Amino acid sequence: MTPAIEARSLVKVFGATRAVDGLDLHVPRGSVYGLLGPNGAGKTTTIRMLATLLNLDGGSARVLGHDVVREAAAVRSRVSLTGQFASIDEDLTGRENLVLVARLLGLGWRGARERTDELLAAFDLSEAAGRRVRTFSGGMKRRMDIAASLVVTPELLFLDEPTTGLDPRSRSQVWDIVRAIAAQGATVLLTTQYLDEADRLADRLAVIDHGRVIAEGRSRELKRSVGGSTLHIRIQDPEERPRAEAVLRRVLGPEVQNGADEDHLSAIVPDDARVAAALSELAGAGVRLAEFSMGQPTLDEVFFALTGRPAEDQSRTPDGEAEEEK
Amino acid sequence: MESESLKGVLATTTRPPAPSRLSASLTMGWRAMLKIKHVPFQLFDVTVFPLMMTLLFTFLFGGALAGSTREYVQFLIPGILVQAILLITVYTGIGINTDIKKGLFDRFRSLPIWQPAPLVGALLGDVARYSIAGLMVVGLGFFLGFRPGAGVGGVLLALVLVLILAFALSWVWMVVGMMVENPESVMTSSFLVLFPLTFVSNIFVDPATMPAWLQSVVAVNPVTHLTSASRGFMHGGLQWVDVGLVLLASALITAVFAPLALRMYRRER
Ligand SMILES: Nc1ncnc2c1ncn2[C@@H]1O[C@H](COP(=O)(O)OP(=O)(O)OP(=O)(O)O)[C@@H](O)[C@H]1O
Ligand SMILES: [Mg+2]
Repeated sequence: MTPAIEARSLVKVFGATRAVDGLDLHVPRGSVYGLLGPNGAGKTTTIRMLATLLNLDGGSARVLGHDVVREAAAVRSRVSLTGQFASIDEDLTGRENLVLVARLLGLGWRGARERTDELLAAFDLSEAAGRRVRTFSGGMKRRMDIAASLVVTPELLFLDEPTTGLDPRSRSQVWDIVRAIAAQGATVLLTTQYLDEADRLADRLAVIDHGRVIAEGRSRELKRSVGGSTLHIRIQDPEERPRAEAVLRRVLGPEVQNGADEDHLSAIVPDDARVAAALSELAGAGVRLAEFSMGQPTLDEVFFALTGRPAEDQSRTPDGEAEEEK
Repeated sequence: MESESLKGVLATTTRPPAPSRLSASLTMGWRAMLKIKHVPFQLFDVTVFPLMMTLLFTFLFGGALAGSTREYVQFLIPGILVQAILLITVYTGIGINTDIKKGLFDRFRSLPIWQPAPLVGALLGDVARYSIAGLMVVGLGFFLGFRPGAGVGGVLLALVLVLILAFALSWVWMVVGMMVENPESVMTSSFLVLFPLTFVSNIFVDPATMPAWLQSVVAVNPVTHLTSASRGFMHGGLQWVDVGLVLLASALITAVFAPLALRMYRRER
């Protein structure tokens, strides 16, 4: 079977910004695939090109076997897009929004209402369905938005940062939805800024930096290539940080970073068995710990390991200045 | 969340055939109606201005301009109808601008519908908005003593002609709505056109008292001809040349701006 997405050397240029700059992507069918990257890396632009909303300035892409430029209509009738910002009509009620999309997909009035009720129930929105969407919480809007993309089950669903800005409960609801979609055999391409989210949901992922894929693989492999998990320590006396840093470097290797707080250090752990040794060596060196924890590497750490630079905001305005916080 | 019902709902669908052009446009028109129902304010905030002008002009200047307020109302209402409806055409542009901003157009464009349907649907909704605004003006007029000689039929004919020019202008604001950054800019830029267009006309006073240079400006303003025709339809004494000029102006504006709007809509963002 043809892959869900096959993209070669995609390029998109906005004025002086090369938002996507030679991006290759291969997404097998039936998988959840993650695009991971900091602000401005080109995730949204990539998704919009693959969903036929943007022209390509270079390269080519086939989605579900159809060329995104020459067979845009065929692509459109097989995929759904849930954009980064909720694309629902805030003046309409939840129910009206779904009926609208259902009608535009070709369902009759009755079919549209029935489908809407099913979706509302499944997405836990029945109670609020008669209210205008303007009054919905962020998590409810997100679920509405995803529901609107599932009125007709797509073969491929694009989800652009589905959980950014959601509280933990809403986030885990969205995760359940993504898993349920994947369990039905659809392909999901999702973007995220959180490594743990990609790790939980995605079978494979690509790390994007300045419009290019800089690493690709199963998330576990990728994490291992970064060095596996991370040891975080807080020390009681910040004066002891250089000493602690030296010990960690000796026991765990070179990937040691001083945190933003002066009592914090983090080190990528090449082998989990060495953590105990590191802790006892710290004690032996007289470094008193306030707290220690093991964590999955964050996007920052992956980025640092892959590129040697922190994952700063890469958004550029036309004059080449970093964009302000959204 | 019920994960079983979630699975059920994801499993059941087959894709229906895409809707016809008419069905997609009517659905978008239905959306416009819902917006009027949920946000009636969009009708009032702009229409309130001409209504206020009606009261002000009638009671402040009516006597001086036409001998009595009652006389003046006969003269003013057909013109205020024109102004009220032309002013709310702005909302077509504001609506489109908001839809683009909110990502709704992305959703519409990724659906397998006839691509101009969102624009056509918006125009269908406009018929309702324009008619309601027209009714409000005529209603207030009636209350103030407006009695059209040609009866309801005359008022309806006038309304139809006003709607034709209003539609033509709607295309202009659609183009503006797709060009500028935010709804406020749509409002500002369109009022910069609509205010002179509706005030430098014969809506409020007979241009005979104006300086000659201004009279010649008023004479080429399509709003002047629309107002004359509106008065003609409502009170009798219609000059068909006014109707012809309004239709000509509408056709010209539409011929330029409708294709432009459709092209800009198809263009990526
Ligand atoms: N329509 C546009 N016009 C000009 N520049 C744009 C446009 N869209 C995106 N860009 C620029 O292209 C780059 C990539 O943007 P994109 O939105 O794809 O990033 P992203 O990875 O989705 O970021 P975020 O995590 O902030 O959503 C950024 O520098 C952005 O400023
Ligand atoms: Mg984005």
